[in-house]
Amino acid sequence: MEIFSIILYIILAPVAGGIIAGADRIITARMQSRVGPPIMQPFYDVLKLFSKQNLVVNRFHVDYVLCFLIFTVISGGIFFGGGNLLLCIFALIVANVFLVLAAYCSNSPYTLIGAERELLQMLAAEPMLLLTAVALYNVTGTFDISDMLKTTHTPFLYIPGVFVALSYVLTIKLRKSPFDLSTSHHAHQELVKGLTTEMAGPSLGFFELAHWYETILLLGLIYLFFANMPIVGIIVALAIYFVEILIDNINARIKWELMLKSAWIVTLILGVGNLFVLYFLSL
Amino acid sequence: MGFLKKSPWILHYDGSSCNGCDIEVLAALMPKYDVERFGIINTGNPKHADVFLITGSVNEQNIQVIKNIYNQMGEPKVVVAVGICACTGHFFAECYNIYGGVDKAIPVDVYVPGCAARPEVIIDAVIKGLAVLEEKQKNMKKNA
Repeated sequence: MEIFSIILYIILAPVAGGIIAGADRIITARMQSRVGPPIMQPFYDVLKLFSKQNLVVNRFHVDYVLCFLIFTVISGGIFFGGGNLLLCIFALIVANVFLVLAAYCSNSPYTLIGAERELLQMLAAEPMLLLTAVALYNVTGTFDISDMLKTTHTPFLYIPGVFVALSYVLTIKLRKSPFDLSTSHHAHQELVKGLTTEMAGPSLGFFELAHWYETILLLGLIYLFFANMPIVGIIVALAIYFVEILIDNINARIKWELMLKSAWIVTLILGVGNLFVLYFLSL
Repeated sequence: MGFLKKSPWILHYDGSSCNGCDIEVLAALMPKYDVERFGIINTGNPKHADVFLITGSVNEQNIQVIKNIYNQMGEPKVVVAVGICACTGHFFAECYNIYGGVDKAIPVDVYVPGCAARPEVIIDAVIKGLAVLEEKQKNMKKNA
């Protein structure tokens, strides 16, 4: 059964992720009073990238990008296979480290700045991701996702602060404005394309593919807050993604200091604060 | 593989033009013409781009830049010279520092006349460039 859901994730996550990315681009276009591309556009883009020439800057470059994809898939596999949430988050961090390594192995200054910013983004976002696992453990009494889904009460009602803080950090993980410091889907930024600048053709395709897997995984994390109400969970996950698109469109990129400070303050006040409240209520 | 036709990413470089064609290229990306309808994205990164749009003529200072950008683009790629300056050098052609059109530096696939070239014509040129792009991809596969 678990193997079945892992295979289902590996096959369906890029499809769902691509459609979400396509809907994202249409909604973004409508917000800017444009028509926007067809919903299948991200698939056209990625399939095109795979038919292009791969310009290799370093013999390890493509391997690192592939490792980023593989570890993202492993992380998602652990999640959707009902495995350990902590292990899933650690695998996601390892995937991110490979992305940073891929960026560091080229000489482009844009990529190097992108890599440094990606490290800062990880520094800002990862504490909250780990805290989410701890908070979900406090409510459900387990780190295993398959057991979390069997819970009879809604985790959201106990840890709303953690939910809001996770949504805040999600903007960093989804690479959306105002926290799209390391790279962005939008052109003409001060660092060209950030850490994807040196990725050409297939390697950029792998990056996009990994990002779709990552998106589905992160939306799955949102879903866990409503583990006992599947339909509400899916609606809330999609609503949160819509809010991310809205925030993306009404914000300009900010400096890294503000990102780091605000992410940690939100993590401390809403995340840790929520856990304290939960602790004192249970005394 | 027809996907190249569905997602041509452009790179826009302004040579030594008066900015007229430059602004018309950007106008094509704005809500009125919205070329993202056809999957066209302005990348700003030669490694991601398929179509190289150049406005303005080639001069002593930018010839190396244009060659560099062209060499950094992955195959298959197409060059579109936008505006009469990029085609022939126009009235700057006789200047002491001007080499002439873009074809003095790199091979050009589509020429767009006009001063300034209109956004409709620029979109048409990119669409025309896509046919060349597909042809190049076929040749690439044959040679590979």
